[in-house]
This record gives sequence, structure tokens and C-alpha cells, in this order.
Amino acid sequence: MSEPSKPQGRKFQLPEHLKIYKNVWVIVEQERGIVHSVSLELLGEARKLADKLGVEVGAVVLGAESPDLNRICGDAIGYGADIVYKVTDPALADYRTDPYCRVMTDVVNTHKPEIVLLGATTLGRDLAGAIATTLATGLTADCTELDIYADNRSLAATRPTFGGTLLCTIQTLAYRPQMATVRPRVMAMPERDDARTGRVIEIQPDLREEDIVTKVLNFIADREQNEAQLAFADIIVSAGKGLGKVENMKLVFDLAKVLGAEVGVTRPLVQAGWATNDRQVGQTGKTVRPKLYIAAGISGAIQHRVGMEKSDLILAINTDPNATIFDFAHLGLVGDALKILPALTDAFGRRLSVNRMAG
Amino acid sequence: MHIVVCIKQVPDSAQIRIHPVTNTIMRQGVPAIINPFDLFSLEEALRLKDKVGARVTVLTMGPPMAETSLRKALSLGADDAVLLTDRKFAGSDTLATSYALTSAIQKLAEEDPVDIVFCGKQTVDGDTAQVGPGIATRLGFEQLTYITKIEDLNTASKEIVVQRRSEGGVQVLKTKLPCMITMLEGTNTIRFGKMDDLFRAARYELKTWSRDFTGAEEGRVGLKGSPTVVSKVFVPKPRAEKAKMIVADADTSEAMAAAAIDAIFAAQPKLAGDLLARAAAGL
Amino acid sequence: MVEKFDAIVIGAGPSGNAATYTLAKQGLKVLQLERGEYPGAKNVQGGIMYAHELEKIIPDFRDDCPTERHIIEQRVWLLGDDNYVGTNYRSEAFNSDKPNRYTIIRANIDKWWGEQIRKVGGLQICETTVTELIRDASGKVIGVRTDREGGEILADVVIMADGVNALLAKRAGLQDEAAPENVALAVKEILFIDPELIQQRFGIKEDEGVVIEIMGKVTKGMVGTAFLYTNKESLTIGIGCLISDFKNGDCPPYRMLEDLKNHPVIKPLIEGAEMKEYAAHMIPEGGYKAVPQLYGDGWMVVGDAAHFNNAAHREGSNLAMASGRMAAETVIELKAAGKGFTASNLAAYKKKLDDSFIMKDLKKYRELPGIMHGNKQFFGAYPDEITAAAHNWFTVDSIDKKTKEKQIMKSFIKRRSVMGLVGDAIKLVRAVR
Repeated sequence: MSEPSKPQGRKFQLPEHLKIYKNVWVIVEQERGIVHSVSLELLGEARKLADKLGVEVGAVVLGAESPDLNRICGDAIGYGADIVYKVTDPALADYRTDPYCRVMTDVVNTHKPEIVLLGATTLGRDLAGAIATTLATGLTADCTELDIYADNRSLAATRPTFGGTLLCTIQTLAYRPQMATVRPRVMAMPERDDARTGRVIEIQPDLREEDIVTKVLNFIADREQNEAQLAFADIIVSAGKGLGKVENMKLVFDLAKVLGAEVGVTRPLVQAGWATNDRQVGQTGKTVRPKLYIAAGISGAIQHRVGMEKSDLILAINTDPNATIFDFAHLGLVGDALKILPALTDAFGRRLSVNRMAG
Repeated sequence: MHIVVCIKQVPDSAQIRIHPVTNTIMRQGVPAIINPFDLFSLEEALRLKDKVGARVTVLTMGPPMAETSLRKALSLGADDAVLLTDRKFAGSDTLATSYALTSAIQKLAEEDPVDIVFCGKQTVDGDTAQVGPGIATRLGFEQLTYITKIEDLNTASKEIVVQRRSEGGVQVLKTKLPCMITMLEGTNTIRFGKMDDLFRAARYELKTWSRDFTGAEEGRVGLKGSPTVVSKVFVPKPRAEKAKMIVADADTSEAMAAAAIDAIFAAQPKLAGDLLARAAAGL
Repeated sequence: MVEKFDAIVIGAGPSGNAATYTLAKQGLKVLQLERGEYPGAKNVQGGIMYAHELEKIIPDFRDDCPTERHIIEQRVWLLGDDNYVGTNYRSEAFNSDKPNRYTIIRANIDKWWGEQIRKVGGLQICETTVTELIRDASGKVIGVRTDREGGEILADVVIMADGVNALLAKRAGLQDEAAPENVALAVKEILFIDPELIQQRFGIKEDEGVVIEIMGKVTKGMVGTAFLYTNKESLTIGIGCLISDFKNGDCPPYRMLEDLKNHPVIKPLIEGAEMKEYAAHMIPEGGYKAVPQLYGDGWMVVGDAAHFNNAAHREGSNLAMASGRMAAETVIELKAAGKGFTASNLAAYKKKLDDSFIMKDLKKYRELPGIMHGNKQFFGAYPDEITAAAHNWFTVDSIDKKTKEKQIMKSFIKRRSVMGLVGDAIKLVRAVR
């Protein structure tokens, strides 16, 4: 991906009353005591932006008072926050648009951050769309790169458009705060620094449950479902049309089993009914960032590429030496995936079992 | 029950190409379609109509050619269609768009109060997923995004129970009308319109509304009403280095697999350790 | 309630559009049904439009019709393995106010047709497939049934413009299955390229276009031709051969097209272009002898569905438009005269066709498809010999011209015997006389 190396934004002067907006915020997404990893990735990104601007990083943690919430506040500081706004109320226990939106609007209006970042998740996008409206400010969705225009300190938010075929950089004019949601697994996960210190500002909003129309009746966790957990897999073996027929998917699952990997697929395979859409990697599927991504029989269309190109190591297997995927894979193997997949399964199996005997 | 479904006409992104020379989007010959995500919401609205009886109005903001998409929605069974079109709307970002659409929905509600607004989860050309929440917030409607199922709708008590996709699972939410719903993709399949509806759609006299008509303030739509601007559009740069091609000792799958594993472990020594440790632990 | 129309036209290609427009313009209640998602969704015509026929239907079409380039130069090339022999005709006369031929992109043109039809009050409904013809007890066609719920629609007359497969007529037993030697399969690509490069490489100005018709070794001895057209910002390149030949041969169409694109005389023309779309299409090539029954009680068939295609001159869309117009005019005349749409009254349509260039031209070339099919030397040995002869003739090597002539003649005879050559010549002369 390219960087706006010499940032050149729209030239404009920020009105005086907006200059008091300072600091870069991350709204930390937590549900049931679990922090979404994108929030930690964003703290790392917010740190970089704040350092460029010479300001502080704020983390907003919302929820019902609990030990988990305190742990999360500590984590936020460890991952880069200088200030944690800990917003607690029993009505914030589960995510609901209305109370979250009301509270966030107040907190932003009170503390006036210049940038507010959220993960481009179902929660982040739901909330961001609402508060950008109440704050009447600009919001850029699903970003893959963030930077600062040095000349006027404004946020340069870059995002894919038209199915990933183009990138565009979006700037918010004379409105504050500047808001963006950022795609998970695109920004690098920062290292936790236990030595970091920060301050926690406790906020208790005035919420009354009877004023909130929407009630959460139940929560069915995915762990109870049999869905693929692609987004967080360390190793993914993915299949494309090059596999020829649905029966050959077994070869991919066999290799994945030996490696303890998840299986991914391209969109055409989901459309052909070879796999369920929870396994789809790409623009309209999941964005993944595993340590190893093995792409078997995948040509490398842009729609797939945007979902996996940030993987640490990509091995592509394709019969066509001119396949696009070799343009951005790290390792390439020209050959028939149908033959190489079983050979890889065997070879990995042997190497790993030898070690077990030795160990 | 009055249901408004907001749709957008978009170029079929599967057929979009970037001009190799000028790096611009080539719209030539690219067919315009209803944003695919909108169809899941339209279908859900039509199902509610079938189930509890409702009037379904489709609304779009766009150039006059967006008429095609409205007629398509009518042919699928929508009762009425409104085209919100005005040069003043050109260049609207999501904030200005949700404002303009809200002004039209309020106009519709003057005649017939609106109980549910459906929007697409996001568009395929903008991918922002912001207009729906924007409309809900402006109208003060309960906001229900990423809905996978409408479990129950009670028209007497005006209560609705839905399943909503969230990151770690599915929320079951109960709320009251009026509300704004965006459906998750794959939750239903758009129907095949009846012959009668096709004739009705082809002959329907479209309502075309301007900014003046809905009373949207001039300064809050179009470029003037948009906080964001696109400062740069560019093609993703290819990775500087192409893949390192793995060469095996022999032309056999075994030799290629061995060479591939060596190359993987050479590039990611830590990964080798992790895998071996995991294997040793018997996982 | 079942809808009833004066006429139903099935298909939104050139013939169906011409028929629908002509009927609607005369104030008839006409319905056009198209199975594609939008007009042009299902077709992939190579892209030449003939102004003369369109002018008869829409005289001022040039005002807003989205054509690509008007053609000022026609090239005919015979390709050898790495060479070609060819003729070019270029004239400034083609740069008149009203050019005669244009390259087009069908998706754009068909959309434009749809607008014209709506303007004159025609009703065009897409994404609707006619599954069968409805007939009354006497067998007269009185309407159509579509694939939609409540899909019965009635009409006084049904005009079938549903393309080369003519599925409806076949299903209704009005037409036989087309023989594989009467249908060609063409594959084509649209290649995007900088207009500046097009203008440079073909020596033309902004709106000017070139058409290259190609025969020779690229069809691997099969009966077929290839073509290259210049559009505004793209090139259309394609190749087509008879289905019967593809069936026997072992070179699939896409491979043939790849070979054409890599041919040393073609490659430099398309260098740097990017493929935008690939499509395959069938073309009726059987000519006069393949033309089926064209009308019956309550129905007519027009365009490709009637096998109206002049393979020798690569004309199809003008025959399509003309036949569509004639069918519509027949309906208008019968209606004005208060006559019914019986087979005997609709014979007037056949009469119009017979009196026009359509049947006259098809008749003139009636033997050509058979000769081409039975005499593969036209697509194998001849391209070799002719290009070799040209090479010999134009190579300056101190051999006297008389000896060269002898060498060339000897080579031809070796490959195809004197009697063979004479026979071929006679066949060809007869076929095109």
C-alpha cells in the first residue's frame, strides 16, 4: 500500500473555536469483558498520530462497573493511552446504540478531542454513524491507513473504494472532531508496555434504564456456534477456483488440520456453495492477518487481495506463473495445488511428528 | 404500517475497471444496479408487507437515471417510489445524504406516518455503512443494524424483536417502533416479481422531489453540507517485490513441498518454533 | 387481469428494437419482452452498425446515438503464420456529415434503443423470459406465457426476435434445430487502450475508425473469420468458426483468440491494452438455405432467429433491423386495412423480404456456406500459398520475375492440383456471382 508521503490536503484554516479540540481518542470496544483486538491496534495507531501532533492519546472505555472494566482500563494505558475515560453505568453493560450514543456525544462535547477512532466492527460502525450525526461532523469509514497532513494538522484517512480497486484519502474540513472507523487486522498490533502510566478519569453519566427503549433479551455467543474463527487464526489455508471441484476442498482441510489452521476461501467459492460465507476472505468477507497464509489455486483478484495482503507471510501455489497473486505473495510455487497440497500435508505431518518423538 | 426502504443505484462493482492509462474509473458500459445490500432490506420489508400488511415506499437520492432502480424495486412489489433529485445534492457525503433523505422521509410521514425505515447495511461503491445510522439518529428512531432475523413484529403493541449480529455473537433485541433496520447480507433472497408488478412498475408515475419540496436547507446538503472531502484517489501500489519463486530439486510434488516448507521456515523461523512446540504438546 | 396488446415483440436486440419502435411510433399498443436484466445484457455483437437501415427507422439517430467511431477504412487481411497479404480501402468520402458505418458497443446502443422505444410509447419489460407461445384451438398464436407469476399476456400478433437460438420457435415446433454447420461460434474481447494509441497505430483522427476483417491460418483450417474493430477507447477483437468445426477440432475458441492476439502482425496493434470483457456468441451462418418458415397464424420471426445474416459480407444487424421494420410495417398495414393476422395475410412480410436486399443477397450467396464447409483448402492451403507467393514476389533476390511466377504457380499446383484450383475458382465464382 502506498503512503501519502508528502501529505497535501485541502488548504483551509481551522476556525478559532475548533482549535480547542485536542488529543486523539480511541473508543475501546469491549463486550462482556472482552476487548476487540482492533481497539488495541488503534491505540498503537493513535499513539503514532498523537506523537505527530504533539498531543495525548485518550481511550474511552464504556461499560458497567466490573473488575474486567478496570483491567481493560489498565490495558488501554499499556497499549498506548495517556488518559482513560472510564464511563460506567449499569445501562452500558450491553452495547445499545441509544445510551452509548448519548453518553459518547456528551463526553466528546465535554472533553473535545480532535480525532476519534473506532474499529470498523458492527459495534464501531453502528456507534460511529450515530455520533457523527449528533456531533454533525465528518466520518470516514473502514480506513486502512491514517496519517496527518502536516500543513493544517488534519487527519488523512485512506480507505479502499469501489471494491478495493481504488484507494481514496478523505479529509474532514472545518468540523471537529474528525472521526474514522478502521478495519480490524490492518494496523499492526502494538507491544504492551507494562511500564507505561496514565490517568483515569471516571465518568458516571445520568442514564435511566426506563428511558432506554431497546432491551437486550439474550446474547448467543459464537463460541456456542460452529463458525469458523478466521479473523484471529495464526495460520490460514485458503482455496480458490483453481481447486477445480468441491471434492478437492478436502485437500485444504487436511493441510489445515495438520497445521492447526483455519480454512479460508475466495468469494466465487462461497457463491458456488463450496463453503459458507464465514470462511470468505476479502473485500466483502473477512480481513485476516495471520502469520502464514497459504493460497492454493487463488488467482489474486483485488477483492481477495485486500482481505489478506497484510498477512505476515503469504505462500501462493498456482499453475499459472503469471497469476496476479505472485505479484504480492512473499513466496511463490508454480505447480498443481491438487498435487502439492497433499504433499505439503504429508511433509508437514512428518516434520512435526519427528519433533514430537525427539521431544 | 408504512415502511420506507432507502436504496441507492450503484455501478455494478464486479464490472468496474480502472483505466490502465488514466487510472480513473471506467463507467463506460458498466450497468447500474440496486446496491446489492439494499436488496436484503427490501426483501425483508416486502416480507413484512406480506405478513402483517404494510405500504412499502422506496426512496432514493440520485441523478434522474436512478429511476431505473426505483422501477426495479416497484417490479419486486414496492407500492410507491420517490426519487429525490436535485443538482444541489451533488457531492453530498454521508452526513449530508442522511440529512437529505431524512427530509424526504419526514415529508412522506406527513401523509402517512412511517413505522420502519429500512436501509442497506452499506453500499458497494461507498462501503461506509453510515447513512442508515445517520437517518435513525436524525429521526430519533431506534437503530437496529446488522439484523439477521426479524423474530417478531406486533403491529398492535408496535413491538419488534430482532436478532442482531455483533462481533462475539448474536444479540436478541426487543424494541419499539418506529425503528431503522439494516439487514445483514445473506439473510434472505430477493424475490422474483410478479408479471402484474412488472407492468405496474413500467407504468408507474414516479414522484420526483427536489430539495425545495422536502424543505432541506441548502447549506446542509451537497458539498456545502459535507464535512468530508476526498483529497486524493489513487490505485493501490503493487508490492515493490514480487513473490520469491520456490525452486525444488526435482519436479515432484514431494520435492516442491519440501522446498516450500524450507522456504516458509527460513522466512519465519519463529513460526517453525511455534508449530513444533504445538505439535510437541500434542495439539 | 390478463393484459392484451396489439403486438408482443420478444427480444431487445436490433431486430426486436426495430420492430417495437416502428410499431410504437405508429401508435400501436406494443410490449417488448427481454430476458436479460437490461437491454444489451445478453448480447455481445462484435460492433458494426450500419447507418442506412437505422436511418430508415430513426432518421435523426445521429443526434444522440452513442456510437464509437465512424469507419473510414476497411482492411481485409489474409494471415499466414507470421505474415499477411491484404487490401485496404480508405476514403475521405466516409468522413461526410452522415457516415455510413460505425463501430459500436452494444451495451450502450441497446440502452439507447430502450430510451427511444419508451419515448414513442413502447413498453419494454426486462428480466422476463417467454417460456412458450399461447395458441387457441385452431393453433393460432394469441399470446405468450412468461416465467413470472401471472405471466400470461395476450396479443394479436407475436414477433419473435429472440436471437440465433430461436428457442421459442423451436419449442413451438415452428423451426428445426439449427445444424451445427449452419451456426458459427464467435469469441471476442474488448480491450481497453489509450485512444491516443488507437489513433497513432491506425493513422486516424478522434472519431475515425478502422475495421480489419481477417481470414487465414488463425482459424487452423476451420471455416471462420476474425476481426478487429477500433472503438473510442477500446478495441474489439474476435474470431469465429462453425460449431461443427469446433466440435471436430481440438483447438478451443479461446485458444484460437489467444493465438490471434499473439500473431506477429496483430500483437503490435493491441500491445498495452487491458482486457475488459470476454464473451462468446453464436452467429447464424447457414445463409439462404437455412432460413426457416418466417410467419404463420399470429406470428412472425425476424433477425438472427430467422437466420438473416450475410456471412460473406459480415452483415447481420442491418438485416436484423430491416426484417424487424418489415415485420412491423406488415402489422401496421394489416391493422389499417382491418385484416387479421392469419398466415395468408402475414405472407406480405415474406413478400417484403423477397423484394428487399435481405433475400436477394442471401440468395446470391446461397452456395457459399456449403462450399466453404466442404472445401477446407480455403482456410489452410490457400492462406499459406498466397502469403508465400507474396513473400516470394516481394523478396528482391536477383531471380527474374518470370521464374518467380513459375515458382509460385508450381507451389499452388503442388498443394492443390490444377483441377483442384480451377474447381475452387469455379465454385467461388458461382457462389458469389
